[in-house]
Amino acid sequence: MPKLTMVEALNLALGQSMEADDRVCVMGEDVGVNGGVFRVTRGLIDRFGPERVIDTPLAECGIIGTAVGMAVYGLKPVAEIQFSGFTMQAFDQIEQNMARFRNRSRDRYPISMVMRAPYGGGIRAVEHHSESREAYWAHTPGLKVVIPSGPRNARALLAASIADPDPVIFYEPKAVYRAFREDVRDEPEVMEIGKAEVVRSGKDLTLIGYGAMMRPVLDAADDLVEEHGIDVEVIDLLSIKPMDTETLVGSVAKTGRCVIVHEGPRMCGIAAEIIARLNEHAFEYLLAPIKRVTGFDIHFPYFQVERHYLPDSDSIVVAVKETMEWT
Amino acid sequence: MSPRSTNSTTSTAAAPAERPPVHVEGCAVDTINLGSIDVIRVLDETGKVVDPAHEPNLPESELLRIYRGMIRSRRFDQRMLAMQRQGEMGTFAPGLGQEATQIGQVYPMTSRDWFSPSYRSIGAQVWRGWTMEQLLLLWAGFFEGFAIPEGVNELPFSIVIGSHVPVATGVAMGIKTRKEDAVVVTNFGDGASSQGAVAEAFNFAAVYKAPIVFIVESNGWAISTPIEKQAGNSVLAARGVGFGMPAVRVDGNDVLGMIEACTRAIDYARSGHGPFLVEAVTYRMSLHTTADDPKVYRKDEEVKAWEAKCPILRFEAYLKGRKLLDDAAIATINEEIEQEVIAARDRFRELAVAKPGEIFDFVYDALPADLQNQKAEYLERLRRKGVQ
Repeated sequence: MPKLTMVEALNLALGQSMEADDRVCVMGEDVGVNGGVFRVTRGLIDRFGPERVIDTPLAECGIIGTAVGMAVYGLKPVAEIQFSGFTMQAFDQIEQNMARFRNRSRDRYPISMVMRAPYGGGIRAVEHHSESREAYWAHTPGLKVVIPSGPRNARALLAASIADPDPVIFYEPKAVYRAFREDVRDEPEVMEIGKAEVVRSGKDLTLIGYGAMMRPVLDAADDLVEEHGIDVEVIDLLSIKPMDTETLVGSVAKTGRCVIVHEGPRMCGIAAEIIARLNEHAFEYLLAPIKRVTGFDIHFPYFQVERHYLPDSDSIVVAVKETMEWT
Repeated sequence: MSPRSTNSTTSTAAAPAERPPVHVEGCAVDTINLGSIDVIRVLDETGKVVDPAHEPNLPESELLRIYRGMIRSRRFDQRMLAMQRQGEMGTFAPGLGQEATQIGQVYPMTSRDWFSPSYRSIGAQVWRGWTMEQLLLLWAGFFEGFAIPEGVNELPFSIVIGSHVPVATGVAMGIKTRKEDAVVVTNFGDGASSQGAVAEAFNFAAVYKAPIVFIVESNGWAISTPIEKQAGNSVLAARGVGFGMPAVRVDGNDVLGMIEACTRAIDYARSGHGPFLVEAVTYRMSLHTTADDPKVYRKDEEVKAWEAKCPILRFEAYLKGRKLLDDAAIATINEEIEQEVIAARDRFRELAVAKPGEIFDFVYDALPADLQNQKAEYLERLRRKGVQ
């Protein structure tokens, strides 16, 4: 099995999906000849031609709007928005058309398409290149929202998102793009959208994260067991919407304690939604209030200080210890 | 005050200087292709043919079919307005005065072609195959009204002005990708021409040479905003030059001019040349929507002046001149169509039963577990209230 970075794994998924289904096409700024600014679409134009790998004008609203139209016509577009900060330009088309067309047409035009975008901080980038706005899309009826954390699940979830009959927002943690390699099978592999994964079993506390936060989460889990004797169960959410309430509740019913980690702002963030669900379904098992380690409700800071803003393993360890010590 | 201001009354303001054309020998931009914008009008306001070269060569039966389409558009519009005033219909956008623009743009389309209308397109939708009772359901708030009739290639309209135009362009890109023989016709108003989404759609279509015809129905008013406040250059056809597509400006109250312009545009798109822009100059005789009061922002005299340019009176005069119609035939046709409209209203009244249980059924292909739970909660609410 080859060891691939997330960028290479995403490229593998795109190529295999395009081979398997000639309705699949890729579109976006610089995705063709240039292979995308992060090289996720590298080489696809040579294999599939400019009619299926479309270099678009520099206009995000136009990219998503025309992708919806292509999906109406029975194609399966995978539209790349160069940075998730630029998806705001496309907000109207996502909300008005991508998310609603199935409903507005009473199933006549299901929109089977993917909007890919790199999201999150940690790469010392300029403004509008580091945001985590997944909560916007989770709040929008009609969409699914998927965020992988490593090369293997990125490949399997992108393949599943392309095959999905509904529109999927696929956020790629760009801090992970080339951070590490994993074994990724040559043969096509898919994971079910809507399932969280228990990536580490434990008994004392449930630690939930997703995307680029899984690295500090797992580092914290190591530290907690080695240094503090706290055995945490770690869950990788993977699918923000639909959310796998069952796996989350099952884990918290066992551990009685929970800490949730994400980069995005705290108010109305994904952690808030998880806490509401645990309140509804696991209240009787809770031994302590659930804590959040998240981005603050401010603009993402400029890059000389981003390492202080982003949740790190140290801040996660502190939150876990406080939750364990709560009486 | 900016020295560039040209409407100042102060003596210090300089008049804009007349500049001779600048020509730079050998400069890469010494020749600029400004394209061309044709202006089309076949019938004048009295119904006289003023441009015989562009008079469509249509059989008499087709001319009468077009006339009936325009009458149906008007009669249905009037009936809907009456029903709305009596509380039987929700808010809708009347199309009074735009019958030639409506029928003229869809007349040259084939059934393979795709129509992506704005919400002020009821007359064109009936021409394309919608039943009137279904449109009544839609505008009376029954969601099943949104089901596009089988066999009709049409996109749902979007309430957010202009946001359907990029989607229509995407359909045209799909047609081109799949090398199929169809074109897309999409319409929108002068207000929509200000939207960025529309500009992006123009550009995408022009870059890909997508087979799409953009019809801008320049009807003078976007609610209370006149065209002069909407666009620096109120000749919206001029945008074609900037985006690299041919354009025509047509008298939108002249149905024969509309058919000529749209036939030309559709043929151009169908033959693989790319998009085409048609600016139909018309006038919104009635309300923006039934929630609007135009007396707040425009004068009755302006509306009166446009009554004389009525597209139906003009076409009637033409057909009378060709001995295809007389007053008795006009009365008969109007009465027949009124009976069609009333029959559709009666069918609508039988069909108008809300289905509150289905609101979760078209959101996803399969309902995720969360939504199954929410649906169960909602159905329980209905059960408690005794609602079927």
